[in-house]
Order: sequence, then structure tokens, then C-alpha cells
Amino acid sequence: MTNFLHYAWLIPSLPLLGFLINGLLRNKLSKTVSGGIGSAVILASFLLSLYFFVQVKNGNTYTAHYFDFISVGQFSIPFAFQIDQLSSLFLLIITGVGFLIHVYSTAYMHHETAPHFARYFAYLNLFVFSMLLLVMGANYVVMFMGWEGVGLCSYLLIGYWFKNNDYNNAAKKAFVMNRIGDLGFLVAVFWMMQVFGTVDYAGVFKQLPGSIPTSAIVGITLCLFVGAMGKSAQIPLYTWLPDAMAGPTPVSALIHAATMVTAGIYMIARSNVLYALAPTTMTVVALVGLATALLAATIALRQNDIKKVLAYSTVSQLGYMFLGLGVGAFTGAVFHVMTHAFFKALLFLGAGSVIHAMHHEQDMRHYGGLKKYLPITHFTMLIGCLAIAGIPPLSGFFSKDEILIHAFAANPLYYVAGIAGALMTAFYMFRLYTMTFLGSHRGHNHDEKPHESPLAMTVPLMVLAALAVGAGFLGIPELFAHQAHLLQSFLHPIFEKGESIMASYSHHQHPSHNVEWALLAGSVGLIVIVIFFAIRKFSKFTISTGQPSKFAQLLEGKWYVDELYDAVIVKPLLRFGGFLNTVIEKSGIDKAVNGIGKFVQYSSRQMRLLQSGNVGNYVLIMVVALIIIIRIILYN
Amino acid sequence: MPIHYYIYQACVLFSIGVAGVLTRRNAIIIFMCIELMLNSVNLLLVAFSKLHYARAVAAGAAPTTGTEAQLFVFFIMVVAAAEVSVGLAIIVMMYRNVHNVDINFLNRLKH
Repeated sequence: MTNFLHYAWLIPSLPLLGFLINGLLRNKLSKTVSGGIGSAVILASFLLSLYFFVQVKNGNTYTAHYFDFISVGQFSIPFAFQIDQLSSLFLLIITGVGFLIHVYSTAYMHHETAPHFARYFAYLNLFVFSMLLLVMGANYVVMFMGWEGVGLCSYLLIGYWFKNNDYNNAAKKAFVMNRIGDLGFLVAVFWMMQVFGTVDYAGVFKQLPGSIPTSAIVGITLCLFVGAMGKSAQIPLYTWLPDAMAGPTPVSALIHAATMVTAGIYMIARSNVLYALAPTTMTVVALVGLATALLAATIALRQNDIKKVLAYSTVSQLGYMFLGLGVGAFTGAVFHVMTHAFFKALLFLGAGSVIHAMHHEQDMRHYGGLKKYLPITHFTMLIGCLAIAGIPPLSGFFSKDEILIHAFAANPLYYVAGIAGALMTAFYMFRLYTMTFLGSHRGHNHDEKPHESPLAMTVPLMVLAALAVGAGFLGIPELFAHQAHLLQSFLHPIFEKGESIMASYSHHQHPSHNVEWALLAGSVGLIVIVIFFAIRKFSKFTISTGQPSKFAQLLEGKWYVDELYDAVIVKPLLRFGGFLNTVIEKSGIDKAVNGIGKFVQYSSRQMRLLQSGNVGNYVLIMVVALIIIIRIILYN
Repeated sequence: MPIHYYIYQACVLFSIGVAGVLTRRNAIIIFMCIELMLNSVNLLLVAFSKLHYARAVAAGAAPTTGTEAQLFVFFIMVVAAAEVSVGLAIIVMMYRNVHNVDINFLNRLKH
């Protein structure tokens, strides 16, 4: 009997099928049918993934080789899927959270007309398909296909309401930023082909550590990291993610919080052996992650759009994950991907529920006191906020703590900066919570009371809330109980090699238990203080008319990074384009082409005069020409 | 008679023919000039043929040596006759259509 894992192709095929049905028949299907198909295929994928996960847990990993894409001489790129610990975990996250968000969307998008509704589900299914391709691929080329696919779907879904030009611009911005990153990824893949002669994960890692020069590895890993910067919104390519909030809220939850943006982390975790051999890149990754975490957190402090706060929070959390990767906490980063997927999807869906209740008002200054109108949303959002802030025993506490402890072992400065970011996270999340749910209602419309969302929206919220509470227990640190970090032992086969390579050159001392206890208690204490401070500060929030301070304006203006990019890159590029258009194109190329045409016309007008129509002339020319020819022949 | 005389005679005839073709506009006269040129060539061929024949026989060669040129003369005559018949027919048709045999009259292709 063949290995059942060979049927791994079923997992991505189901969403593809859903995409085809919804996409091709979008004018014929009713909303119930298209929403049902869209969700059902993901559910089926999820059940399959669950089965595969159990198989993998029993030690049954498998690489399913289907056919060769390219086969030239010794070199071949197979189309193959790899089912192992890392990919099966991601499969569960993608299909599980994806299914909940599909269900949520059936209610959230219900005011759309049926064809647009089906279009939405088609895009969403296509996204899940691409994302599955990304994590299941057994080589970098298949991963790259998924990588491009999710970028496309992200573009399509950000610009889902394509009649609004701002949304289209946001979609284009996301696409262009991602393309910049993709170029880095592509260069890395070509480089890998040249250096390793293969792009298979197994084939590449088998040759390491070996005779490959470190410079090549550093180059490859840096190029890969450029790709990760684009996809996972890190400095300097992060500005697309906040703008991507133009898309429908469930899209933000699925693509721009839970799954797609973690593709960069997946890629680096997958390539842990490569990265472990490039300490320079690791430092770059850690520093970029830390800088992004801090920068995004400061911006989030002063945003008033509920989705913008969550977007910057996502950027910041992704920064933490890169910090974790950079200091060698691969398990911690993947753990944080998982917990973040739960609580951030929860927060986004909660925000969506609030937006839904407030008739698409997204400005938190017009919320307030929603606690009594939206009890379920309020409760689940509170859990999400506590989880992201890192209050034990919710999931965010465990995963963030794991990253920070590793950061402490690598460099205490990382830890201090990380804690500063975590405090800011607690502050802006409870600013969001307080401004939305506590205090008095500041809505425009006092006659119409906000109402709780339908079951299709609240049930996913409750499930995600349960996961946000419970997921942390998969990764209980060594400090609390011996051998209780289930995730670590599960992922051990993937990260074993990378971690042993890291251990061979770095002498990070894991802090002693006493230090760890002190750090934990200190950070939790500080976070609790910040939370109470934020609640006190914002519970009596009123819309002030006074001028905010200069620094607050700077934060509100997002450090003016967009304006900086505009001035440094976009405007000069446009000016250069204008120069090419008016000078090179109009007066250079056009003039040359038209000049040739004019010359031919002019010269032929002159030549025409030779044809007089007079037979005598022709004969004369003939005779003269004959004389000349005879002369030439006779005297040469 | 020395061969030069024939050469001069042929050159003069040929030049008259060329000049006639170049200067005259009447199609029939141009025809006659062309005949003149052809016949000057014939004259030259016959003269050289005779010269070579005399020299070859004097040197003891076969009595048919040097007579090929005379054959060519007949060829040229036949071809010229055919050409004249076609050419005259064209001129007749031209006269029927435009009531003129001036070659410059037929310059409508220019426009």
C-alpha cells in the first residue's frame, strides 16, 4: 500500500477547485452556495491536514514527488510536496484559521451582490491554495510559486472594492513593494542553483556544512531575507501593510495578519541550516526585526483607525518573530507565528465585528462604551488584547517570552528593546480596547444602537479566543515544567541541524532560572502597570480640539516614512520618467524615426524627376551608360 | 582594300544610326536608324570574316575557317526582319490610336 501522504496534492487542490467553481460560476451561484462551497473546501482541506498532522506526529514524514518541471542535463526542478513537522503545522494554521475566517466572511460580506460575493470567495480560496503551495513545496521554486500566488491574491483582495481609487492605489503599493522583495528571493534561488546545483530543501541542506564558501551563504541568505522583508513587512518595505487595510477586514485577518505575512518567517525557519551558517545575516535579521518591532509599535501608539492600530501591531509582532529567528530561537519564532495567527486573527475579526456594528465607521474616536452592546465581541477582544500584551497564562505570554529570553541570552540590549516594544504593545492594545469598549458612547448616531453580530461571526471569534487562550500550553518553557515544551520536541527534527550549528560557534549562556524568574516577573509587572495606566488614561477619552505635541504629530504622521519614500524614490523616479518621455522619447527616438521617413519621402520626390517620360532622354541615358560600361570593361 | 576602310565605314554608319535614334522623334525614322546600326555591324562581321578566311587559307588551314561570322550575319538579318515586322505593327497601332508617330507623344506613364 502506498503511503497515504502521497495524496498531499489533495490539500491544495480542494481550495483550487473552490476557486474555479466560485470564479467561473460567479454570476450563477447564490450567496449561500458560493459561501458554502468556499468554506466547505477549506474545511475539507483542514480535516485532511489534521489527518496528515497526526501522521507526521507519529513520525511519518514524506516527500511526494509528482513530476519534473524542468529537467536539463544533471539539473532538475521537481514538482514535489514535503510533508514534515514544519509544513504540517503551517497547514493546520492556514486551513484552520482560514476556515474560521471563511465562515466569518459569509456574514461579514453579506451585503455584497452575489457575483461580487462569489468573487470574494474565489479570491480567498485562491489565496489559501497559493499559501498551501508555499508551505508544502519541497523546494524553493515551488515555494516561490506560492510566494507569487499569495502576492497576487493579496493584491486582488486589497483592491477588492475596486471602485475606490485609494484602495486600488493601496493594492498597487502592496504589489510593488512585494515585487521588490520577490526580486531578492529570485536572485537567491538562482544563486542557490549555481552554488548548490539544486533547489531542493533536502538537497541543499545535505551539502551543509561543507565546502560552500561562507560569502555565498551570506549572500544567499541576505537575498532571501530581502524577499522576507517584502512579504513580511519589515523595514524598509513595511509601508504597504498598513495601507493594505483597505481590503475587507476578514482579508486583513487572514492574509495580512495570520498567514501570508508569516511566509517570510516560514521561509527563514525552513532555511534554518543556511541561516545558522551565516552569522552576519542572523545579526541583520535580528536588528531589522527589532527596529521594525519598535518603530511600528511607536506608530501604533497614536493611530485612531482601529485597523491601522492592528496593522502596525502586526508589523511590530512580525518584527519580534524576526528577532527570534535572528537570535536562533527558531522554535520560538514559529511558536509566535502560531499564537499570533490566533490572537491577531481574533483581534482583526473582533475589529471587523465592531466595524460591522458601527456601520463601517473605523475611527476609534467615535466608538466608546460598546461593551454593553457587543458582549461577545467585547469579551473575545479582551482575551485577544490580553494575549497580545503577554499576560500569563494566555498564549502570547509564552511565545513572546520564549523569543525575549533567547534575545536576552544573545544580547541583553535586545531584551531591553524588546521589553520596551512589549510595553508599547500593551499600551496601544489597551488604548484600542478602552477607546472602543469602555467609557461612554461617542457615536454620531444615538438613535440607532449598535447590535451584536450574527452567529457566523461570533462563533469564529469564540473559537479563536479559546485558541488564543490555550495555544500557549503547547510551549511551556523549561522554567515551569521539565520537557513540557511540546512544540519544541515536535519541531526538533527540523531545527536540529541549524541549532547544533549555531551552538558550535555561539556561546550564548541560557540565563539561570533565577534570572529568568526575575525577568518574567519584572516584565509581567510592568505590562500590568501599563495596562492599568492605559485604561485609566483613555476611559474618559473625549475628542480634544487642542494641538497635539510635535512628537505626537510625528507618530500620527507615521514618522513620515511614506512621505520620505515619496520624496526620495517615487518623485525622482517620476521626474526621471518625465525626462525620458519628453527628451529621450519625443525629441530623440521619435525624431530619428520620423527623420528617416522624411528623408525617404524627400529623396524619392527628387528621384521622381528623373522619370521624364521622354523616350529620347531614356535612350540618351542608355547610350551614355553603355559607353561608360564599355569603357570600364575595356580599360580594366 | 585594307580593313581600315571597312572599320571606318562601319563606325560612321553606326554613329549616324545612334545620332538618328537620339535626335529624331519620328518612330519610323528611329526604326530606320536602328536598321542602319544593325547593318553597320553586319558589314564589319563580313569584312573581318573575309580577312580571317584569306589569312587562314594562305597559312594552309581548312577552307571553312573564318566563315562563322557570315552565319551570324544571317541570324542578325532574320532577327531584324522579325523585329521590324513587330515594330511596324506597333507603330501602325500607335498611329491608329493617336494619329501620330511622334514618340514623345506617348509620355502618359509619367503622370
